Amino acid sequence: MEGEGALHLQMRGGQVEQVRLDIYEPPRFYEAFLRGRHFTEVPDITARICGICPIAYQSASCYALEKAMGVFDQITPEIHAIRDLIYCGEWIESHVLHMFMLHLPDFLGYESAISMAADHGPVVKRALRLKKLGNSIMEIVGGRGVHPVGMCVGGFHRAPYPEDVVALLPEVKACLEDMCELTLFLAENIEYPDLERDYEFVALCPDDGYSMNLGRIKSSKGLDVDQEEFGQAVEERHVEHSNALHSVIKGRGAYMVGPLARLNLNGGNLHPRAAELLPKVVKAVGKNLPWRNNFLSLPARAIETVHAMAVSVDIMEGYTMPASSRVAITPRAGHGGHGTEAPRGICWHEYDTNADGSIASAHIMPPTAQNQITIEEDLYIMADRVKDLPDEEAALKCEHLIRNYDPCISCSVHFLKFDRTWGEA
Amino acid sequence: MTMGAASEGTKASGKPKVAVYKFSSCDGCQLGLLNLEDELLDIVGAVEIAYFLEARRQVLPPPYDIGLVEGSISTPEEEERINKARRDCKTLIAIGACATSGGIQSLRNWADVQEFTRCVYATPQYIDALETATPIGSHVFVDFELRGCPVNPRQLLELISATLIGRKPNIPTYSVCMECKRAGIACRLVRDDKPCLGPITQAGCGALCPQFNRACYGCFGPSEQPNIMALGDRLTKDGASAGQIKRMLRSFNGYLEPFKQASDHYEQLESEKV
Repeated sequence: MEGEGALHLQMRGGQVEQVRLDIYEPPRFYEAFLRGRHFTEVPDITARICGICPIAYQSASCYALEKAMGVFDQITPEIHAIRDLIYCGEWIESHVLHMFMLHLPDFLGYESAISMAADHGPVVKRALRLKKLGNSIMEIVGGRGVHPVGMCVGGFHRAPYPEDVVALLPEVKACLEDMCELTLFLAENIEYPDLERDYEFVALCPDDGYSMNLGRIKSSKGLDVDQEEFGQAVEERHVEHSNALHSVIKGRGAYMVGPLARLNLNGGNLHPRAAELLPKVVKAVGKNLPWRNNFLSLPARAIETVHAMAVSVDIMEGYTMPASSRVAITPRAGHGGHGTEAPRGICWHEYDTNADGSIASAHIMPPTAQNQITIEEDLYIMADRVKDLPDEEAALKCEHLIRNYDPCISCSVHFLKFDRTWGEA
Repeated sequence: MTMGAASEGTKASGKPKVAVYKFSSCDGCQLGLLNLEDELLDIVGAVEIAYFLEARRQVLPPPYDIGLVEGSISTPEEEERINKARRDCKTLIAIGACATSGGIQSLRNWADVQEFTRCVYATPQYIDALETATPIGSHVFVDFELRGCPVNPRQLLELISATLIGRKPNIPTYSVCMECKRAGIACRLVRDDKPCLGPITQAGCGALCPQFNRACYGCFGPSEQPNIMALGDRLTKDGASAGQIKRMLRSFNGYLEPFKQASDHYEQLESEKV
């Protein structure tokens, strides 16, 4: 889901009767046209689902297909590390883009980062440098930040050159220090609106380390499944007003994926550089974990950005060219399901393959689609809070809330079509 | 393509007004503009970003001097909206594979979109999609087309600069082979027997895939005068099946005429072998 949105609020007698977040995003039918393609083509094709988080699609595709091909257990620690590294690059680029260019303007009352830059030039310049670092990491591992070319089912076409890694390392370290400062700046200088709900948080929960590529999928309300089974635990509904399917945990209801979910479930596994910042951030925002207010997704993203930079330093410092960048694969009929943590939450894929290696069926659950119902439920509360505001201001407050989820409709959220109808009690 | 005199819309600030539109796409090409981190503040200083929903809320009214369009046309609503964009923009530029060729979603053009809808959606009657996903140039006149999946941000910068000054953009149409040779990369096709589309693909990426030890997969679309049959013969000799060559061509830029005709030809060969 990548595009346009519209928000309809139906009020009756001063109460909120209905909230509908319409997604106009034109359907592109990936799951249909992936059928018949060769498994080796899949990561390059699914990357094109999202220009902001192509790595998320590539890594989920690769791990799911490696399971289908029976080579998942052969993926070496070196390959996992390179996958983590390029993913850190994506997290850094995406989180920084979102925090400073899309979300922070809301908190400070600007219509965009462009207007914000007029008054806060130095902060915007610092952010652009950090964003560029994310792209630079992706470039040394995959050639470019949008639709990188390095990853393949089985590993990588080529591992990064050690000289490229060495050349970039000082910049990663410098950016890490700056991001630590900016994290505290964000925690200490912003008024965070209060909207707390009893969410079911869902994230990857590896035994070692923070959520990213591997781990069982767990929730704050008792879900604990192997990656393969997540598709069975979730029910997707197709509603008239949205081209993005609405997800619920079977037998329960809507849930939340993303930075808040990851931090609440895995905060104890953050990299030490991020972990040491956490108490200061908690003190500054005045709320202990678990955080149930998604306006706090902003400091959560900041902490995750510090984490990603610190993890990158660790991977890059120890790096040598691996003996092999990929494992050999013999095509076979199989089935595999796997999800990885896109910046905005779990991106989960499931494939059936034929004996010749072609795709028999594909099933993809993007993160923002999984958050759809939760976003509407939040808007229900916000709609009540803004009922006495004029439409323009009400729309702004609703957009700000939607941006908490860093949805891949961030672009359209800037001019969310907003309409509110008022009926008699 | 003309730029020259500033339009009505620029009188207020004196700066040319730029609009960025999104149709059916992944957002990656627009992101290219925001990925010019070192130049971004200079760009927003030199032009008025009048309409760019990914980046800002404020919208200035048309007319606009430059419109950058990402995405293909795949719904009835988009058919209408692109006509308005053409009317509103003095210069309209299609950026990226979706806008210049229809993109990967143009795969539906060889299939039955009703069947596709039923495959993905439980209640297909809620979905309103066209039979085809087509490039911008199939619907309105386009002043320039910038290839790439995604576009190369540096080419985007060159294009914007050239348009503002009024000179011809320096966007080569020769094949990726030129970029490979300049980078000193040993030929993936000749030395490594990899099924490389470089010889028939337009340059612009800097020979990225060969640099990462893989064959080019054609994300910048056909080069000028692509000798597809000759490459096809070589790939066949190296062991590629007709189906494989068909799939290589029927990809991110598959709906552009040279690739389309060739993939239809290989589809024919594939069905003859069965």
